[in-house]
Amino acid sequence: MRRRVSSASSSLIAVLAGCLSLTACNKNSTAPSSSPRVYSGLGGGPHALPPAAAAPADDGNWTMPGKNYAATRFSALNQITPANVGRLALAFSFSTGTTKGFEAPPLVVNGTMYVITPFPNYLYALDLTKPGAPAKWVVKPKPAAASQGVACCDVVNRGAVYDNGKIFFNTLDGQTFAVDASSGQVAWHTQLGNIQRGETITMAPLVANGKVLVGNSGGEMGVRGWITALDEGSGKIVWRAYNTGPDKDVLIGPRFKPYYAMDRGKDLGVKTWPPDAWKIGGASVWGWLSYDPETHLIFYGTSNPGPWNPDQRPGDNKWSTGIFARDVDTGEAVWFYQASPHDLFDHDDVNEIILADIPWGKGRRAVLFHPGRNGYFYVIDRRTGEVLSATPYGYINSSKGVDLKTGRLIFAQDKEPKPGRVTRDICPASPGAKDWNPAAFSPVTGLVYIPHINLCQDEANSEANYISGTPYVGADVKMYAGPGGNRGVFTAWDPVRRRPVWEIKEDLPLWSPALVTGGNLVFYGTMDGWFKAVDARTGRLLWQFKAGSGIIGQPISYRGPDGRQYVAVICGVGGWAGAIVSAQMDAGDPTGALGFVNAVKDLPLKSTAGGMLYVFTLPR
Amino acid sequence: MSSPCRARLLLLAASALMLGACEREEHHSRSKPIGETVPNGASPATIFPGGSAPPPLDVRAKLYDNNANAISTGQSLYIQMNCVGCHSHGGGGMGPPLMDDEWRYGGRIDQIASTIAEGRPNGMPSWRGKLTDDQIWDLAAYVRSLSGLPSKDAVSSRSESMSAATPETLTAHGDIKNSDTAQQ
Repeated sequence: MRRRVSSASSSLIAVLAGCLSLTACNKNSTAPSSSPRVYSGLGGGPHALPPAAAAPADDGNWTMPGKNYAATRFSALNQITPANVGRLALAFSFSTGTTKGFEAPPLVVNGTMYVITPFPNYLYALDLTKPGAPAKWVVKPKPAAASQGVACCDVVNRGAVYDNGKIFFNTLDGQTFAVDASSGQVAWHTQLGNIQRGETITMAPLVANGKVLVGNSGGEMGVRGWITALDEGSGKIVWRAYNTGPDKDVLIGPRFKPYYAMDRGKDLGVKTWPPDAWKIGGASVWGWLSYDPETHLIFYGTSNPGPWNPDQRPGDNKWSTGIFARDVDTGEAVWFYQASPHDLFDHDDVNEIILADIPWGKGRRAVLFHPGRNGYFYVIDRRTGEVLSATPYGYINSSKGVDLKTGRLIFAQDKEPKPGRVTRDICPASPGAKDWNPAAFSPVTGLVYIPHINLCQDEANSEANYISGTPYVGADVKMYAGPGGNRGVFTAWDPVRRRPVWEIKEDLPLWSPALVTGGNLVFYGTMDGWFKAVDARTGRLLWQFKAGSGIIGQPISYRGPDGRQYVAVICGVGGWAGAIVSAQMDAGDPTGALGFVNAVKDLPLKSTAGGMLYVFTLPR
Repeated sequence: MSSPCRARLLLLAASALMLGACEREEHHSRSKPIGETVPNGASPATIFPGGSAPPPLDVRAKLYDNNANAISTGQSLYIQMNCVGCHSHGGGGMGPPLMDDEWRYGGRIDQIASTIAEGRPNGMPSWRGKLTDDQIWDLAAYVRSLSGLPSKDAVSSRSESMSAATPETLTAHGDIKNSDTAQQ
């Protein structure tokens, strides 16, 4: 008894110390460095674990961007450790021939590596059984060149996926391709998006229960967001669910049981918009999907509503900026939670959804982790959609918290953009406390490793005109570094105790996803081209390699045909954050690239465009 | 020197100034005898095999280039027709920057008008039929002004973009509250 009390009080002290150091960190404007700030040690006791059905034992392959249906981005391989990572050396490299933002991970399936490039979306197969991994074949899907003009934030592709002998990927001009994984022959392709309406596809598909799940991009173009399930064998559409409009289009029926009252009612996808605005209201699906094989539910987030200017769309704008749980076979909605009702700042809710079971009373509770763009780390019951906690993991002044009774985000009124004036110092900025690049979750430490950003912005809105095939935004934005002056942050987050364990300040925004391994190493890249390995328990920098271009791509780890552990990453600066380089923008206009240019004016000197795969292993 | 002579000199000087300002301020009626079409000959090419000359500047160019009315009308259209959504206020975004000194498809006003009217294959839409030819020329005049090509006295001094006032990097967040109500 006595012991329990003392441990409780010591953890209280740790939390207080964490708060104090957070405050101190806000006031401290020393130059960012790679030395981590340690907030608290790894707490003892049970920690979060991924559900076994969604995160099976590691077979040494890497078949989907999230590694598994739980989206852990965890490799159980442990040959490379903090003790020997200092000797990590280049095994081979491969030029992708592209100069646009490279956000996709390579895939590895039984001795072959697959690389999907940004537009023009080439798919390469590299033979890992031969020295230097020569290419076996390349698929050139030849997407329409005009699609480049309707892609909001560089012409990226977020990855391919392998299942049952085929590789599946999307093209910028709105097609889904299925390719035979051994021969490279196209098995089928299906046109899903229409660039005339501003639709592109940039997301990585997910294949679950025989369905290829694909969503559209175009929240800045006034598209109507949807998710579509294709039959894995034939490419035929099985179901499509829109994220705006009448219930029948959204596939809302008797099974739909949202946890909060704000999401209940008939045809909210129509009634929470001005007349007909839902037809051009965004809520696209350009981020990540997860899948729970036990309940047959898929989880995904919806994008911002369109236009950005909130005055043109009074109402909650369902079903934008929220998370849907749907039945994978029928598409029926099961629950929905809206993170930012009536979004004010382009805070899409498409970030990764990590499935986990956390200690709860005497047992465990089935939840999902979601580091949201609005700055809150959400822990949500994945069976019901109930928010168990929403804790800031970055600096926020645009909202005051999440009301757990109603589920509503409490906006700060003084940060609400109003017509005819400039609203200043909005934190986080439009790309949020974190954008698309996913965190990794280690079952060894129980921590979530979050690569994220620290940006604030000024915003002035004007009336947007809808002209199909052109942007529908109505906002001038100018971003800059948030408190402390560092534009990037890497946080090791304890999702059970709801606090940071350690944190690394990075000068440039972090736009690369994270990888964590069974050897207790965390890998991530920076926009000036450093590929880093840090200790998963302490954040200490143990190894780094300078790539030829900035890194925004996802690192992976796999077991090679020779039985050794490899780590791979593809560099290629770009994306929304790096468009100033990949699209050769002019830094003289602070509103360039929807305001991101102002925050990264120094980037063209720190990184040049390129595309190169690097694969590392320990010397024999 | 007699005063009538001095007055005559002044008049001469003033009319010389006015002559210069005339084209800049001229409003054109839509019923000019020149056909209202966007040039077909404004190719972005710079190699002319066999030594033939580049096509001459379209005769309508001088009605719009350096014309304050055309530039200011073009500025409004640039916002209303969503050019700003792709090219921002000249810095670029989904489309290339317009304020630099690189022109993929030519920087002559007739070449720019042609690019707007016909579109370009890597994503520039074709606006012929959506905008009148007069509007296309106005836009071309404004686009040239973004890179500082026309003379400064023809360009509106009023910017359509957000004013910059706060420091680039915020070091003391608590102190900035007052500027939240700053007018644009």
